[in-house]
Amino acid sequence: MVGLAAAFGSGAMTNSIAEIEDADCIFVTGSNTTSSHPLVATRIFRAMAKGAKVIVADPRKIQLALKADIYVRQRLGTDVALLNGIMHAIIKNNWHDKAFVEERCEGFEEFSKVIDNYPPEKVSEITGVAADDIVKIAEYYAKAKAASIVYCMGITQHTTGVDNVKSLANLAMLTGNMGKESTGVNPLRGQNNVQGACDMGGLPNVYSGYQAVNVIDNQTKFEKAWGAKLSDQIGLTIPFMLSGLSEGKVKALYAVGENPMVSDPDVGHVEKALKKAELLVVQDIFLTPTAELAHVVLPGTSFAEKDGTFTNTERRVQLLRKAIEPVGEAKADWEIIQELSNRFGYEMNYESAEDIMKEISTLTPSYGGITYERLDGDGLAWPCPDKDHPGTKFLHKDKFARGLGLFHAIEYQPPAEVVDDEYPFWLSTGRVHVHYHTGTMSRVSPSLHAEMPEGSLEMHPEDGSRLGVRQGEKVKVASRRGEIVAKVTLTDRVDPGVVFMPFHFAETCANVLTNPAHDPTAKIPEYKVCAVKVEKAA
Amino acid sequence: MDYKTVLTTCAYCGCGCGLYLEVLDGRLIGTLPSKTNPINEGKLCVKGWNIHEFVQHPERITKPLIRKNGTLTEASWDEALDYTASKLKEIKEAHGSDSIGFLASAKVTNEENYLIMKFARAAVGTNNVDHCARL
Repeated sequence: MVGLAAAFGSGAMTNSIAEIEDADCIFVTGSNTTSSHPLVATRIFRAMAKGAKVIVADPRKIQLALKADIYVRQRLGTDVALLNGIMHAIIKNNWHDKAFVEERCEGFEEFSKVIDNYPPEKVSEITGVAADDIVKIAEYYAKAKAASIVYCMGITQHTTGVDNVKSLANLAMLTGNMGKESTGVNPLRGQNNVQGACDMGGLPNVYSGYQAVNVIDNQTKFEKAWGAKLSDQIGLTIPFMLSGLSEGKVKALYAVGENPMVSDPDVGHVEKALKKAELLVVQDIFLTPTAELAHVVLPGTSFAEKDGTFTNTERRVQLLRKAIEPVGEAKADWEIIQELSNRFGYEMNYESAEDIMKEISTLTPSYGGITYERLDGDGLAWPCPDKDHPGTKFLHKDKFARGLGLFHAIEYQPPAEVVDDEYPFWLSTGRVHVHYHTGTMSRVSPSLHAEMPEGSLEMHPEDGSRLGVRQGEKVKVASRRGEIVAKVTLTDRVDPGVVFMPFHFAETCANVLTNPAHDPTAKIPEYKVCAVKVEKAA
Repeated sequence: MDYKTVLTTCAYCGCGCGLYLEVLDGRLIGTLPSKTNPINEGKLCVKGWNIHEFVQHPERITKPLIRKNGTLTEASWDEALDYTASKLKEIKEAHGSDSIGFLASAKVTNEENYLIMKFARAAVGTNNVDHCARL
């Protein structure tokens, strides 16, 4: 999101899901769309049926790769090089949209100097993708009338995650595929309300609606509305809260619906940090591995037991309606916070979730026109600044949120950890179609559990026979951070030398292995690349 | 027998598909896709079709828990909330507002995320608020 905000001025999916089906070229990279966002994949299949060209670039031969017009398998962590190579071919062949670049963007000259250094032949050596394929991708994408980019965590979960996103933004601006129907740069958000949690200021640097905490006007506005003195110091991100706990600077952690004991990189380190907390409060619906370490566990409610709103990946705010009473003595999460706040000495008096939304809309310009009454039906996509505004289907129509779109000149950098003699395999992690995040909400479902009861390590059959491991046998997988034992799935979805593991399973927890090295700006860890060794388990 | 369907929004990924939860005598018994929702237009994925299954699972936490002598023990809401509030106050006074961190959540509602960050910022006085957008 940081990358898109720097390039365009707004960090969200630029276009809507429905528009994807009218694109005539779709470039999917770092998104296993059929598994993680099946209803977005439906739109891609519809576009294909209407004749759209589909390009897939992914180190794993995902289902969509089998249907794509071009599929390329770049080496892990070489996305910037690949994208620069594509843009090199576009500029060299004069396929770029010069009018769009001139009128709507800035920074092109410095950017194109860097691109000069990425001829397809050189890029081919870095990425392992054939030079001809790079030129073909460039031609399909640049010559399309409306080309749409779809990406997900395969792009962002790298030490160069922000660079990867900025490179995709460069590609879209270079070809004028921005600010119109069925184009744009479209990050698919993984968790159901991750867009909303960001929009609502669940971040260390902003209030709701991305209003910076260190801008005095914003601080004054919220101080007045909330009747409290506020801090202008940017707060800590999760990795720094954890290291703060380890160092003793952070004493208490209050976690709502989060499970860092499965979701965060280098889980061994996370456990040590959480155990040092003087107070760990976990508000959740299941006793997660994180909750098991807590001093206090507060039973919250699932989506079915309360009213409220979620904001989906295309910025659409939609209603959640209470279907059943909370189980046992569980309470809606907003009621728990309110009761705690009142006991803490800061008064809150909301009668309902709708009451809270009324306050949100007065303090958050992009949600200014959102009311429960208006959400009934199809919901509303923000920005929706006032009561008469119909919501916004796609962003950056006549100008970018930041004014001019900004090209970034970006050089390729290798991942933080690379394979060597001791740790010769590349490990990447991701989702499977039947499970959700740390598995707490999906592994308890009998139907979903039956589809995939446990995690396994995907490995190429050649590597399997070299190690003497057969389908379903157990292997020990170790990185510099820890080791786990898991069953093997032999498949050519991965290249020889590359292994893959889903991250939903606490007992074969892929994040025991992953590298907490993170992007310097977005602080996102490099889940998608680390080095491991694999041997047959005794 | 009291049967009803309740139109709501799926919680399994960022697509936000519209669905009806089928409720019989206060229990969720099934899920049906919404035909008019602009995202899913009458379809659901394997997770969506089964989303009612996790909600009333026997492993749900149904009472507040407090660690006593090393073990998480059932407690009343009054006890759990009073303990949490007083402990937070004590830590704030001894070590300052920035010694407390909050994890908001990509799984709870907008209203709840707003309230968590308001509590952190206005009541406790820290901007140490983050969630797993990066994970």
